[in-house]
Amino acid sequence: MIFNIVRKELKSIFASPMGWIILALLMFGFGTQYLSGMDNYFQVMSGAIRPAERVGVTIFVGGQIYGNAAFLMSFAIPILTMKLISEERRGMTLPFLFSAPISITEIVVGKFLGLLIFLSILVIYIFIMLATMNIWADIDFGYLLANSFGLILLISSFVALGTFFSSLTSQPIISAVLSFIALIALMMAGRYYASAPDHWFNHISLLRHYQSFSKGIIESADIVYFLLFTLTFLLLTIRRLDSDRLRG
Amino acid sequence: MTISLEAKNLSRQFGPNFAVKDVTFNLKRGEVLGFLGPNGAGKSTTMRMLTGNLAPTDGSVKIGPFDIIEEPKKAKSLIGYLPEVRPLYKELTVDEFLTIAARFHNVASKNIKSSVDNAKQRCGLTHMSKRLIENLSNGYQQRVGIAQAIIHNPEIVILDEPTVGLDPIQIREIRKLIKEIGKNHSVILSTHILPEVEMVCDRVQIINQGSLVFHGSIEDLKQQRIGNKLQVGLSKAPSMKELSSIEYIVKVEKIENNLFRFYFKKTVDAEKLATLCAKNKWGLFHIAPDVTSLEDIFAQLTMLGN
Repeated sequence: MIFNIVRKELKSIFASPMGWIILALLMFGFGTQYLSGMDNYFQVMSGAIRPAERVGVTIFVGGQIYGNAAFLMSFAIPILTMKLISEERRGMTLPFLFSAPISITEIVVGKFLGLLIFLSILVIYIFIMLATMNIWADIDFGYLLANSFGLILLISSFVALGTFFSSLTSQPIISAVLSFIALIALMMAGRYYASAPDHWFNHISLLRHYQSFSKGIIESADIVYFLLFTLTFLLLTIRRLDSDRLRG
Repeated sequence: MTISLEAKNLSRQFGPNFAVKDVTFNLKRGEVLGFLGPNGAGKSTTMRMLTGNLAPTDGSVKIGPFDIIEEPKKAKSLIGYLPEVRPLYKELTVDEFLTIAARFHNVASKNIKSSVDNAKQRCGLTHMSKRLIENLSNGYQQRVGIAQAIIHNPEIVILDEPTVGLDPIQIREIRKLIKEIGKNHSVILSTHILPEVEMVCDRVQIINQGSLVFHGSIEDLKQQRIGNKLQVGLSKAPSMKELSSIEYIVKVEKIENNLFRFYFKKTVDAEKLATLCAKNKWGLFHIAPDVTSLEDIFAQLTMLGN
């Protein structure tokens, strides 16, 4: 049953120009970074004399792209998630889902997975793009895989949060703005106590947990953090939709 | 006859106000039930509860053998529902939308195409298959709404004000469609248009301020409507006293100059009265059943509730 919701979501993303445009714009952005990253690599490395300053091409180009991907996603995802529930609320199409033999959990998880699959196209694309460097260089695939994994976890957290804000209102724009603000705040959380790295406030920063992936490290604490984050917001969304049914 | 839907003591509170209060009824298989009431009477609220879109404050709904709260999936798979505002994804084509509807209602994938075709054919949508729903006229959009409600061949079809906002020709077509659906499914239809109920329904239920004020067959409603009165025109009428003294007449009222309203003791016997008028040469020029409009009955019933 979840599968049917996923299919429906993918269908409606691709039925409107919005999905294609966002996909194209993001890919254009990543492509440009890849190109300029390659250019810069030779300039910077030819200036770097001491061995400590020298880094591999994978980390140099990849680090830039994966680092910026987090920020680009925080712009793009609210625009995509605002459609998920807000738009259904505004178009009064939720009864169509609620009266079908599908549970609310299946609806929410299906919508979440639908968008996650759509965005995974980008992750795969970035991976393939960076893997092409292997033609002339010997690149670090482990690093790419760790980053891709981290990016998927980050995206799933973003999508879950966006889905929740989308369920709160029937105004898609409001839900987009709210989730954008929340995402930026959570990304920036680490900056306020930068001098005290172990302050609890740092631990809720999404970016901080993402950073260890960008070093190529897969740490279970980070995985758990992202999974819990995703789960929490999905549960909140389910509760919110359920209360629609209860309170009317 | 088997009962396909059973609502027991259904109540719904919004804050301190009861939108629906203690509504009990059932729907037999193959029956078209009209749900009638003024705006804000609780029709849509009741339907939302029947379809599991809204949790009742009190009471229960059983669809076939399944309780909508306890076994929502099984219960919901027996219902097709068209809410008041039709839930259409306007960016999709008719075919795409109906395919999604079929999948959501667990139509086996090998049957999806045939059930989509069947629903389109029944709703007269076949030539609109590839059109975007957005670009369809109001009447056709409503047909798509009905098509998604019958796509999985449900036992019960629930339609909330299906003819609102359509033009008279479209209304006639939709009514024809509903009648047609009523042959194979049990149907609950809500409306505030009385002739509609008379045309398509087998049984009527009138709801006002959240409570049922009338339920019975269409015949019962019509009975109330026709009553035991005749309108009679006499050009050379005798005195009122003489008219009232006819043995089977209870009362005579004068409507206009030569127009009278005769109240019969038991059943209306126009032939007897006509013969009498002819015999006495009263100049009978008009004789017709005196119909209380449905609106009047409706007003009476809903006033009673107040």
